[in-house]
Amino acid sequence: MADPMKIRANVVGDSTEVKVLMSHEMETGQRKDAAGKTVPAWFIQSVTATYNGKTVLSAQWGPAISKNPFLSFKFKGGAKGDKVQITWTDNKGDKRTDEATIG
Amino acid sequence: MTLLGLLAGAGWLAPGEAAAQAWNKAAFEAKTMDEAVKAMGGAAPAQSKDIAFVSTPDIAENGAVVPVGVTSAIPKTESIAILIEKNPNMLAASFDIPAGTDPSISTRVKMGQSSNVYALVKADGKYYVASKEIKVTLGGCGG
Repeated sequence: MADPMKIRANVVGDSTEVKVLMSHEMETGQRKDAAGKTVPAWFIQSVTATYNGKTVLSAQWGPAISKNPFLSFKFKGGAKGDKVQITWTDNKGDKRTDEATIG
Repeated sequence: MTLLGLLAGAGWLAPGEAAAQAWNKAAFEAKTMDEAVKAMGGAAPAQSKDIAFVSTPDIAENGAVVPVGVTSAIPKTESIAILIEKNPNMLAASFDIPAGTDPSISTRVKMGQSSNVYALVKADGKYYVASKEIKVTLGGCGG
């Protein structure tokens, strides 16, 4: 199981700003190890953010996203104390969901 | 295969839901902008001045971590994609922006070498593009 994400969600004006730091190798499949063998690709393919059961952002990623990916976005609404959930799925089928309280 | 994949394969999910879940392999394997746009179901994008790069450097010291932010001022923006011309596969990421979410995202990408970076925006069914050159002093795809 991958390490938890760091999620920060803050009310800014009438919107909520969400910043996420995920923990993932994001191996491109282009790199070779010391023995000259290609390191297989291993990266997050999809990310979904939900608030009150509604999707506020969904994304598809390729291996060109940096190791330990960072993502930030803003959506209208959101109140202090509410929860925002983020889920990612990688190309090996591994999955992780974390949630944060809007502050 | 994931459970969702199995369900979609068995026809248990509505086509719309399945499409939203499936990773667009063809688009991510595209070598050119035209191929990528085609794989996403669009036609040749129009240049737009309403797409801006925010907190994106002109020169990146480390190609493994290049911050890229894209903001679209085009009404009815539905999705924002980031493409890097000289990477082995151009498409780095594509974000679907539901109504109520600001058409503005930022993330960090890897760049093998100095290259043009494109922000591709889908708004009201049409595609628009803007580009910015980022110089990389140390590549991000080496061993």
